[in-house]
Amino acid sequence: MSAPGRDVAIVAFAQSGHRRRTDDLSEVEMVMPVLHEVLRQTGLKTSDIDFTCSGSSDYLAGRAFSFTMTLDGVGAWPPISESHVETDGAWALYEAWVKLLTGEADTALVYSYGKSSPGPVRDVLTRQLDPYYLAPLWPDSVALAALQAQALIDAGATDEAALAAIAARSRADAAANPYAQVTGARPQGDHVVAPLRTGDCPPIGDGAAAVILAAGDRARDLCARPAWVRGMDHRVEAHSLGVRDLTDSPSTRLAAERAGFFERPVDTAELHAPFTSQEVVLTKALGLGDDVRINPSGGALAANPLMAAGLIRLGEAAAGIHRGDSDRALAHATSGPCLQQNLVAVLEGDPRG
Amino acid sequence: MAKEPVAVVGIGQTKHVAARRDVSLAGLVREAAVRALADAELTWADVEAVVIGKAPDFFEGVMMPELYLADALGAVGKPMLRVHTAGSVGGSTALVAANLVAARVHRTVLTLAFEKQSESNAMWGLSLPVPFQQPLLAGAGGFFAPHVRAYMRRTGAPDTIGSLVAYKDRRNALRNPYAHLHEHDITLEKVQASPMLWDPIRYSETCPSSDGACAMILTDRAGAARAPRPAAWVHGGAMRSEPTLFAGKDFVSPRAGSDCAADVYRQAGITDPRRQIDAVEMYVPFSWYEPMWLENLGFAAEGEGWKLTEAGVTELGGDLPVNPSGGVLSTNPIGASGMIRFAEAALQVRGEAGEHQVDGARRALGHAYGGGAQFFAMWLVGAEPPV
Repeated sequence: MSAPGRDVAIVAFAQSGHRRRTDDLSEVEMVMPVLHEVLRQTGLKTSDIDFTCSGSSDYLAGRAFSFTMTLDGVGAWPPISESHVETDGAWALYEAWVKLLTGEADTALVYSYGKSSPGPVRDVLTRQLDPYYLAPLWPDSVALAALQAQALIDAGATDEAALAAIAARSRADAAANPYAQVTGARPQGDHVVAPLRTGDCPPIGDGAAAVILAAGDRARDLCARPAWVRGMDHRVEAHSLGVRDLTDSPSTRLAAERAGFFERPVDTAELHAPFTSQEVVLTKALGLGDDVRINPSGGALAANPLMAAGLIRLGEAAAGIHRGDSDRALAHATSGPCLQQNLVAVLEGDPRG
Repeated sequence: MAKEPVAVVGIGQTKHVAARRDVSLAGLVREAAVRALADAELTWADVEAVVIGKAPDFFEGVMMPELYLADALGAVGKPMLRVHTAGSVGGSTALVAANLVAARVHRTVLTLAFEKQSESNAMWGLSLPVPFQQPLLAGAGGFFAPHVRAYMRRTGAPDTIGSLVAYKDRRNALRNPYAHLHEHDITLEKVQASPMLWDPIRYSETCPSSDGACAMILTDRAGAARAPRPAAWVHGGAMRSEPTLFAGKDFVSPRAGSDCAADVYRQAGITDPRRQIDAVEMYVPFSWYEPMWLENLGFAAEGEGWKLTEAGVTELGGDLPVNPSGGVLSTNPIGASGMIRFAEAALQVRGEAGEHQVDGARRALGHAYGGGAQFFAMWLVGAEPPV
C-alpha cells in the first residue's frame, strides 16, 4: 500500500512514564492520563473523535475481556464507533488508518497499554507459542531471543561486543527521554541466557500510549507539522522457528517495501527491537546505513511495556517530525516470538519553508 | 474518491459440534477457510490478507493464537490482523476485513472467526475474579437474566415468549446442516419443561458451547464479476460501543445497539426496516433477546417486540424471519457466532441458504453484540450492488 487514496497523519502522541511496577494503578488509571494528553494537544473532545481503536492482551491482564473495563476510561458515552485488536497498539493504529482511508472517519483515537509486572512475563509469553508441540516445553521469550542471537553470531553478523554497543547507545539516548524506564550508564551485566546479557534484554515494565490520527485538512488544523503516513504495511512469517531464517526478517523488508520505505532515504528509524540482537536483524533487513538515527528515544531496550511498545515507536517517530527533528522516518513494530510479525510505517513532515 | 463496493463471494463453515476432538485449532480454522475458498473458486494465492477474530484467548488457553495459526491460514508473507471485541468480534472482524477492500488497500481478503470451546471451560474463562471489579456473575447467563426480567416488567410480555423463540430456533436449526443442536424430537412442551437456570432463563432457552469456525472471502467489484456464484453486497456496516456499567445505561435496549442499527440503515438507505429487510440473523444467546433486539433494532416499537414473536412474524415462513439458520441458540462457538450471523445473512441474499432459505430474500441484516451488551457490530447485505 504505497499510494493511499487519502492523506492521513499522526497529529498527537502521548505516553505514560514506564515503570517496573504499577501496583497502585488499574489499567484505566494508567490509560486515562495519556488519553487526556493527546486530546489536550489537539483540543479535541471524545465526542469529536470519529473512530477509536485500542490494543491490549487479556493474558497480561489475567482476565477475559479485560479491555471492556479500559474502554470506560475513554468516556464512551454517548456510544462511540470503536474496535480493539488483541495485539500491540501499532496494529490498532493500522486498523484506524484503514478506517480513515475509507472516508468513513476523519479523526481517530488509538491507544494501547500493558502491565507486564503482575506475572512472570517470560512464562506468560510462552503461552503464545504453538499450543500442541512448543508451548508444553515452556521455552521462554529470552531463551528464544538467545537462539536468534546465537544464530546471528554463528553467521558472523554480530558479536557480543557489538551487541553491548547497541545497549550502551540505547541507554545513553534514553537519558534524554523522560518516559524511559532504563537510562544512563549501566553495566552490560551477566548472561541471562547466553549469548544475551542483562543489557541485551528489555526491562519488564508497565505503560500506555495514545495517538490521534487525522485526515487531510483536519490534520493541518490540529497539528502545526503533521506526521503524514506515506505508507503502512505489515506481514507475518511462519510460526515455527525451525522453518525460519532467524538471522533475517523478510516480513519486515516486504512490509517496508509496500510502505514505500525504499523510495527515498529516511533520517530516523524507530525499531521495535526488545533485544539488541533483534536490532541487528532489522537493521540488516532494511539496509539501514550509518546516516540513519536509530531509536533516538532509547527504543524498547529502555522501555518495553508489552502491547504499547510498538505503538510508542510510531508515536516517537511522529513526535520527531512534529518537533522538526525529523523529515522522514521509519517506524516499526513487532509481535510474536523472534520477530514473527512486523509492521512498518513511513512518516513524513511537510517541507519546512 | 468513493469507497470500493465490497462483495461476499465465498462462505465456509465447519459442522459445529460440542467437541471437535479430531482436529487441532489449526485444523478447525483451515477447514472453514478451505470451504470458503472452494465456494469462491479461488486459491490461497488469491488471498491478499487475512483478518481473524475470536473471543478471549483464555477460552483455548493460547495467547494471541493468530501467530500460531498463520501457517494454517496461508497467511505467511501476507498481512494478518487479529480483532477482539468480545462477543461481537465475529461481526467486527468481518467489518475490519471489509474496510480493507473498501479502502482499496487489498482486493481480496479472507476473514475468519473461530472458537474451540471444548479446549477449556467458558464459564471459568469468563469468571476470573479481579479486585474492585464486579465479577460476571457465574457466566453470561447470570449477567443477562436480570435484564430479561426488566424487559418483562417493562413491557408486560407474557412469560411464554422465551420458549416460543427457542422452539422456533431449534426447529430452524434442523434445516441447517452446520448447526450444532439438531433436536429432532423438540416440542414446545419440552422447552417449557426444561430446568430453570437463571430465572427466567431455562436450560432450553440458552445457547450451547460449540467448537466451530466461519470464514468469508470478501472482494471488490472486479472480484465479484469473476465469482462463480451470486455475491452478497455490503450496503452498510457499523460498530458502536458504550461502557459496561454506568448509571444511565439501559440494559434492556442499549443505545449503542440502536445507534449502530441507525448508522447501518442510513448507509443502506433503509427507512422502514420492518418492510425493507427480508431476513435477520440476530445475536440471540438467550431466547428473550429476540423480542428485546426487535425493538432495539427498530423492527418494532418499544414494548412491542414480543408481539411479533408471539404472532409468528419471526418464524421461517413469517413476514420477518429471524434466525432462519437456528441462530446462536442452536450454535455458539462464541468468537465465530457474530461472523456466522453475518455469513448467514449473506447466504440468504445470495439465495444459497439451502433448506433454510427465505424465499426471495433481497436484503438481510447480520447482527452481533458482546461484553455487557455494550459492543455492537452489524452489516446489511443485499443481492444487488450498492448504487
